[in-house]
Amino acid sequence: MYQIVGKKSLNPTVTQMEIYAPFVAKKALPGQFIILRAAEDGERIPLTVAGYDREKGTVTIIFQIVGATTELLNHKNVGEYIPDFVGPLGRPTHTEGLKKVCVVGGGVGCAIALPVARALFEQGTKVTSIIGFRNKELVILEEEFKACSNNFYMMTDDGSYGEKGNVCVPLKALLEKGETFDEVITIGPLIMMKFVCMTTKEYGVKTIASMNPIMIDGTGMCGGCRLTVGGQMKFACVDGPEFDGHEIDFDEAMSRSRSYADFEAREREATCNLFKKEVQ
Amino acid sequence: MAKFNMNPLKNPMPTQDPEVRNGNFNEVALGYTAEMAIDEAKRCIGCKNRPCVSACPVNIKIPEFIGKVAEGDFEAAYQIIAEDSALPAVCGRVCPQETQCEGKCTRGIKAGCEAVGIGRLERFVADWHNEHSQDKPVPASSNGHKVAVVGSGPAGLTCAGDLAKLGYEVTVFEALHVAGGVLVYGIPEFRLPKAIVQKEVDNLKLLGVKVETNMVIGRVITIEELKEEYGFDAVFIGSGAGLPKFMNIPGESLKGVYSANEFLTRSNLMKAYKADGHTPIQRGKCVAVVGGGNVAMDAARTAKRLGAEVHIVYRRGEEELPARREEIEHAKEEGIIFDLLTNPTRILATETTDPKDPSFGWVNGIECIRMELGEPDESGRRSPKAVAGSEFIIPVDCVIMSLGTSPNPLLKATTPGLETLRRGEIAVDEVGKTSIEGVYCGGDAATGAATVIKAMGAGKVAAKAIHEYIQNK
Repeated sequence: MYQIVGKKSLNPTVTQMEIYAPFVAKKALPGQFIILRAAEDGERIPLTVAGYDREKGTVTIIFQIVGATTELLNHKNVGEYIPDFVGPLGRPTHTEGLKKVCVVGGGVGCAIALPVARALFEQGTKVTSIIGFRNKELVILEEEFKACSNNFYMMTDDGSYGEKGNVCVPLKALLEKGETFDEVITIGPLIMMKFVCMTTKEYGVKTIASMNPIMIDGTGMCGGCRLTVGGQMKFACVDGPEFDGHEIDFDEAMSRSRSYADFEAREREATCNLFKKEVQ
Repeated sequence: MAKFNMNPLKNPMPTQDPEVRNGNFNEVALGYTAEMAIDEAKRCIGCKNRPCVSACPVNIKIPEFIGKVAEGDFEAAYQIIAEDSALPAVCGRVCPQETQCEGKCTRGIKAGCEAVGIGRLERFVADWHNEHSQDKPVPASSNGHKVAVVGSGPAGLTCAGDLAKLGYEVTVFEALHVAGGVLVYGIPEFRLPKAIVQKEVDNLKLLGVKVETNMVIGRVITIEELKEEYGFDAVFIGSGAGLPKFMNIPGESLKGVYSANEFLTRSNLMKAYKADGHTPIQRGKCVAVVGGGNVAMDAARTAKRLGAEVHIVYRRGEEELPARREEIEHAKEEGIIFDLLTNPTRILATETTDPKDPSFGWVNGIECIRMELGEPDESGRRSPKAVAGSEFIIPVDCVIMSLGTSPNPLLKATTPGLETLRRGEIAVDEVGKTSIEGVYCGGDAATGAATVIKAMGAGKVAAKAIHEYIQNK
């Protein structure tokens, strides 16, 4: 059992939790992920590591409440336990030797982009951060990003905060201006990462995208997380989760990510109803 | 009463009616009654050369345990089996006895005669013990040495059990949230009820074995750290062959295409087959399972129970099917359709090109080509050749690829100095010793995909080698 030792709502749909998992905290690195179950008979879901404290033995996760498991998890409070928390899984982000990097995050993906930006900044890499949200209400981690960025751009789709527009707008403007990056690292919704990769491809800037497909075991056993990268089949759990964004078949990944949309919607509704009943 | 039962045929195994069982997940084989077991045990003539014992990968003293069954002393029979096998209730169910103990049985040599039902008797004895015996395994006193076992499948559990009995402090590290490995995620409930696996794991815990779940060795702790930081005198790797293979044909990433591992893991480990399961599974109307091994049979029979019309698509003929005869017969009885000498060429998608259409990107059919058998290849099997122009389409909404698995590359990638073979199998000598001192390996991780009992045999041999290694250190 793994105890929840911290909980904070970052916005109405995104929650941050600290989980006491000393083995995971000892080894976790930016870019890696964990798999958890929120209930004994629950599904296994992957979440990318948002932070860790090796001394306290805690791992930070940040999740959007989108399905039954995240709904269930969000109803748990500090002091309560979850049955399973396994990791760190996947390969860590490659940061060695990078001098100048642009980190592009979108929505809850910013939670995963942050430790990457932080690790880069701490090793002396010049970091440009571009983070985007649908609107002001959904903005998370702004101060944290600013603290580890040399240049910082805040975007909202509706212009209610920062600049109006998506993350590709400042990215394209920078590249157009002749700005160069060793790498662009993008983490966010598939559709956003697809367009970030299309933008950078035009300018020939190497781009790494962090993928979060449907997974079960997370150890290479089921192949459910497979992606097509450069025409080859890759397993996100053991070969990734980060891949060369210019080689990823995003359309296929988007289609596969919706495999169980109906089931997931029903499960979430059932979970919500369960909590409503409890309240009544 | 006659001393021996000279009936040339085995007592048949009572089973659920095929038309009933193909709609439920309860165990297919129901097991012998005590009367049947005694009657069957009397078919063993206790021959001198005991070919069954040497054909058993863990050398169970078969004539002795059967002798006790014939006397009606089932607990004594159990104790004899338990000396050599850590998982009798499992092996009695999933061992390919026909190619092992029973394949060599003196009673089965003559045409028209069947071997003694050794597997059925083993199962009976183990089930009888689990149901009636109050005796709990007692831990041996500690010899002060620690051994780590990576993976809680048949190889790991056997190795752990044998070492614990010798007084070692054994910790088993399992990557998933429940112990049992392939016995839990791979083999379906209707062939091996999970309560039986749990019972075997619980018995090991009573012997003093610690089981740590959610521990992906290689990532959370490396093999080197187990030895250097955590003070384990030796490590046994039984991490299995989990990585699924695909065919590399168009359409394998469509929605509704699974590896057999994924399909079975969803159903078995995550309980997707239950109405109240929280992990989704595609309940296809028509399913093609590609492959002809035991795992393909398990996937096909699971899909059937989830309500589908199921086709086994296999490129060679009936004779060449690698699955156990019994599994093939059970599958046929349950209404699985065998499309033999048939090989997939591509998987077809639904027609819509609109990504917003819910039917977009789903499987709609599998195009196959007819095959004919040519000359035998190096494996001795006649190699199949495509018949030009014979392509045809099976309309299916789910495809399950059951083409075998290869060893998981994680430990190789995270363990400097661990030598592997061409396909990623960890290189070992005849007792399971790897290229690293104090590190042993056995089961599918060393051999590639094989059987439960072979993995158990390897776990047993390695346990003995680890014991010798530590005692001589």
